[in-house]
Amino acid sequence: MTEMTLDPRQLGTGGLFTAAVPDLASHEAAYGRRPSGWTRSPLLRELEASGLAGRGGAGFPAWRKLAAVGAGRPAVIANGAEGEPLSRKDTALLRQAPHLVLDGLVTAGEAVGASELFLYATAESLPGVGQALAERRDGPRVTLVEAPAAFISGEASAVVNALETGTALPRDKAARIARSGYQGRPTLLHNVETLAHLALVARYGAQWFRSAGTADDPGTRLYSLSGDVPAEWVVEAPGGASLRDVLRLGGAEPSSLAAVLVGGFHGAWVPAEAFDLPLTARGLARYGASPGAGVLLALARGRCGLQASAGIVRYLAESSARQCGPCMFGLPAMATVLERIAAGERAPWLASEAERLAGLVTGRGACHHPDGSARFVRSSLGVFKDEVRAHLAGACTAHHGRV
Amino acid sequence: MSRAQLELHIDFTRCDGRGLCTEILPELLVRDDWGYPVGRGGRDIHVPDGLAGAAQDAVDLCPLQALMLRRVTRS
Amino acid sequence: MNEIFWAFGRASGIVSLGLFTLVLLLGIVSRSGRPLPGLPRFSVALLHRSTSLMALVFLVLHVSTLMLDPHAKLSLANAIVPFTAGWNPFWVGLGTVAFDLVIALVVTGLLRQRIGQRAFRAIHWCAYAMWPFAFAHALGSGTNAVDLWFQAYAWGCAGLVAVGAGWRLSANFAETSRARLGRI
Repeated sequence: MTEMTLDPRQLGTGGLFTAAVPDLASHEAAYGRRPSGWTRSPLLRELEASGLAGRGGAGFPAWRKLAAVGAGRPAVIANGAEGEPLSRKDTALLRQAPHLVLDGLVTAGEAVGASELFLYATAESLPGVGQALAERRDGPRVTLVEAPAAFISGEASAVVNALETGTALPRDKAARIARSGYQGRPTLLHNVETLAHLALVARYGAQWFRSAGTADDPGTRLYSLSGDVPAEWVVEAPGGASLRDVLRLGGAEPSSLAAVLVGGFHGAWVPAEAFDLPLTARGLARYGASPGAGVLLALARGRCGLQASAGIVRYLAESSARQCGPCMFGLPAMATVLERIAAGERAPWLASEAERLAGLVTGRGACHHPDGSARFVRSSLGVFKDEVRAHLAGACTAHHGRV
Repeated sequence: MSRAQLELHIDFTRCDGRGLCTEILPELLVRDDWGYPVGRGGRDIHVPDGLAGAAQDAVDLCPLQALMLRRVTRS
Repeated sequence: MNEIFWAFGRASGIVSLGLFTLVLLLGIVSRSGRPLPGLPRFSVALLHRSTSLMALVFLVLHVSTLMLDPHAKLSLANAIVPFTAGWNPFWVGLGTVAFDLVIALVVTGLLRQRIGQRAFRAIHWCAYAMWPFAFAHALGSGTNAVDLWFQAYAWGCAGLVAVGAGWRLSANFAETSRARLGRI
């Protein structure tokens, strides 16, 4: 589960992947030059009008983050750590369109009067970004920092910690990083895809951005498609598209699938009967799913959802930074319970024990790793509830018989 | 309407579940399966005025300095 | 008059050894996270603190009366810099080392909230080093060392510390060890 070799190919719908090759000439041929001179208030208004939401997972409105940044030499960080093993879209974006991300970073930096700009990404992505940086004429000073390939390395406080100390572990948050982040300074941290969209909003305006997607989820989004699909692709799709649309766009046949995990390992399962709902937090509210960082994991019909889920919970438990007790002990306990259910142990109390543990770890860590893991466990128990019942009675419906 | 409330914040990166705070504030905290404190509100526990003194004692006595009392304004 | 200083100096030293033994044991109980019968965890912690301050008082009395004593002729420098005393420098010096460690432990204990947990913790480990120095000093320079009752007392303290340290190193030392071993 930790190592996965993907071959992401991009299917652009005309937003983020317009440049034919990653160099500056191609970038400027596709998008024109970066408009300089954006100041804080106008950019804030434009972003608010655009409705751009963060693409790193939490989906927080981009303008609010910008507005929350306190005064006094802020730092701006582009986060491309992408710790989620199934996520490839930030790597794909940094490889194909590094200049778009840098445009967004520099524009955000100008707007807040930043003293320092950082780009934090995996070792795989940094050389390409370094090349792009070298060929730019506006010569921005961007410090490139390598993100370790660990699940929690992209969490906001872990990013600030990595920049300061070289250790990408989350910290307890006594203050918001918008007020006191990198070296105690106000800090703006955006996912690289969010910054790429910001660069386009700064060029073409809010109305243009809203020409793709829906009122609820404007613009386009990147999805990393993996699991039981013919090819593991990174797909750019308009906001508000249904799972069925996105799956088809990625070359997968929706009718062959039983469910899709939406939003990655901290996300939630969406069963086949809901494939036509819009892929938004509102559209998928009854499943507690939201697109998050755009990770989609497909589960084929005939495969046991509980076994897949148990494996993911074990991975999440092993990804704990082991800093916070409830996460360090609660996640392995949850994984064990799920594994026992998946193995077909006839112990009806296991389901309520999983529920209890999920409730126990929620909200009790420095970062949201326990919360996200608990959400995933609850989603697995809910979406596969018939399966849970069958397993606890010693059968597995996916395998048409005993476990 | 907003009002400043006293809140007990647990830094779980420091907490070792020694159990002193749960003895001093049984009204607000219980211990989980591994001994760590559990409050009603996750990491941040609302402290009523009557327990402010006891909460301060818990902060002072925490052997890991994992507790913090702060005033927050909630709208 | 001189005999009083000498006698008081000895007596306060003997009491100090017992009190520091108690402080060490209370510290170990505190670290285990377990309450004592009739004594909740926070009371154990408070008792550890107050006993340590009481032990400090007796230690200061021990050192200062011997500074006033014309036989011992301990100067302030002798009391702080180890192995410089005019009389019995090695065995008195061991006591000086213990005294310096106690000062470090008390100061960092009182400033715990300011200096941060990491520094406090690092210095606090010295408590385990401080006790053997004090014990050796008591046996080596104590003029009662040949008395049977004193031997019994000192080795009794040593036995308690050994039991405490052995428990500290055992697998099920902490109250929560068993629960955290990974069963559900």
